[in-house]
Amino acid sequence: MESFLNRYRNITVLLLVIFAQLILLAVQVKNDQDVRVIRIWTVTAVTPVARVLEAVRGSSVGLVRNYFMLHDADAENRRLREEVGRLKIQNIFLQNQLNTADRAKALEVFQAKTPSKMVAATVIGTGASTGAKVVLVDAGSASGVERGMAVVTPDGIVGKVIASYPTASEVLLVTDTEFAAGVISQKSGVRGTLKGQGTPTCKVDYVPLEEKIEVGEMLYTSGDDRIFPRGFPAGVVKVVHDSQPFKEILVEPSGLQHGLDDVLIVVGGVHQEIPPVPPANQPVYIAPLPPADQKTPAAESDAGAGAPNKAAAESGTEADRLRAVYKSVGDAQNHTFGEGLPGSKPPDFTKLPAGPVPPPPAGAGAHPNPAPANGAPNTPPRPATAAPAGTAAPPNPAPPGSVPKALPKPATPAPAGTAAPAKQPDAQRKANQAAGAGPGGPGR
Amino acid sequence: MDYSSGRLLVNQRERQSSRYRAWVLFAVPLAALLFQISVPRFFQFLGFLDMPLLVVVYFSLMWRSQLGGLAVGALMGLAQDSLSHDPLGMFGIDKTLVGYFAASVGVRLDVDNALLRLVLTFFFYLFHQCLYWVMAHALLGRQAAFEIQRWLLLGLLNAVVGISLFHFLDKLRESV
Repeated sequence: MESFLNRYRNITVLLLVIFAQLILLAVQVKNDQDVRVIRIWTVTAVTPVARVLEAVRGSSVGLVRNYFMLHDADAENRRLREEVGRLKIQNIFLQNQLNTADRAKALEVFQAKTPSKMVAATVIGTGASTGAKVVLVDAGSASGVERGMAVVTPDGIVGKVIASYPTASEVLLVTDTEFAAGVISQKSGVRGTLKGQGTPTCKVDYVPLEEKIEVGEMLYTSGDDRIFPRGFPAGVVKVVHDSQPFKEILVEPSGLQHGLDDVLIVVGGVHQEIPPVPPANQPVYIAPLPPADQKTPAAESDAGAGAPNKAAAESGTEADRLRAVYKSVGDAQNHTFGEGLPGSKPPDFTKLPAGPVPPPPAGAGAHPNPAPANGAPNTPPRPATAAPAGTAAPPNPAPPGSVPKALPKPATPAPAGTAAPAKQPDAQRKANQAAGAGPGGPGR
Repeated sequence: MDYSSGRLLVNQRERQSSRYRAWVLFAVPLAALLFQISVPRFFQFLGFLDMPLLVVVYFSLMWRSQLGGLAVGALMGLAQDSLSHDPLGMFGIDKTLVGYFAASVGVRLDVDNALLRLVLTFFFYLFHQCLYWVMAHALLGRQAAFEIQRWLLLGLLNAVVGISLFHFLDKLRESV
């Protein structure tokens, strides 16, 4: 018997240990209760060390990171290295202090503005299982934290307390698959259940297909779950799809956007109103109005033209100005555009009023003379250059049968057998501009 | 190899079991747990490492004692359970079995060989993941995905890291 026990001692102990743990597991699952003693021992043993490590890490990371910045400054100021280094290290230390104070102040302001009673806490670790969406915070039951309390930041909800120990608490993050919270949309008041997916985005369940919810809409806690008080930001809607039997909505949780260092645990929740507008998190610059007497360059160029041109300038576009010019010509010759059969006498467009004429388009394939908007024939006001007989047609040919008046002398006539230049030479354009003409040709 | 010669080999291996100072036995598991809860917070890419498992495998292999292996496995597993939000016993049972089997292997093989350590760590990581999946499925009714390809890759990475860790931990052995 003794040799038998001796031979199977190890496997017997193994079975006993496994059996004991199975019993432990079964008790927890059946009663839905935790065996707190073991957890308390472990957490109490581990979290003080974790807190010390976190403190050391927080101060050393800032120091090391900024040391390298100082190292760069040393390269530039070798002679003053020691003095500058000492001062900068002091500065870094103070800056770190200031940052910590700023963070604490932001939380304090948020605490003061929020009617709920909250306890500040710092994240000191994550859950031990791989891929866990659980964090440990350094406020526990000694600070009044209990299981089921909401955890928030000024940006939004972070998670909920799932276990509270004397020195620390375990927080289930909104992104965990077991997390759920009641939410309500800001604009349309649609209610749903925010659930984690184990990914950076969450989903909102149980939103009927007929409800209207838009991308970019802000979601707030509805208070229905009795964990999160109503009115805390939950997230922004990123994707909305119709699915069966409910809408498929993906949400970016707002509480985790700026990292997770300091949090607030709501120990006494008070419901709030849903704000009418989403919280502005990015400033938008709006330039002041321009001065009332400021004129645009186009308006200034039209200042010397006649009344139609002035009206056209007021209307704004180049096409409007051109239309007004042609209409004034038609009106002066008792011609109504859009009437008359093909072959009837067109208005004499050589009698255009003085003023700037739009330049022909530069594109070779494009029609060089745009038709007026009222259906007037596509007749150019005047050619920019005259080409001798036998040469290719210039971009602005004279209409057949019309007699150009006061044709400008071409600055450089194209020789016979060559193509006319598509654009004016620079010299002529400059001369025309000096004479007060528009860019399309000389003024009258 | 008959029973008596096999027994002789086992006895020789057991006499080769490594010894560690008390502070090592306390500090290394604690450091592994701290690593598990702290490091992935700042270096998410290190979240694949199961440091408690590597420590269990190492001590079990090197102690060459099945009782020692299951004890370290059970304690580390329960501690890991306590720091996660799983019911107590999930990692406990898992790591108890890993510790027991690793110690059983350690009795029979020369576990100072780096290649053998690599293979064993890879195997025990896979065993750990599969067993956890089975338990979560059967005992807790969780519908988790069976990600065998991911586990194979992570097992390899854990094994590679484990080799370096084991090399470091070898230096903490008491010289006989």
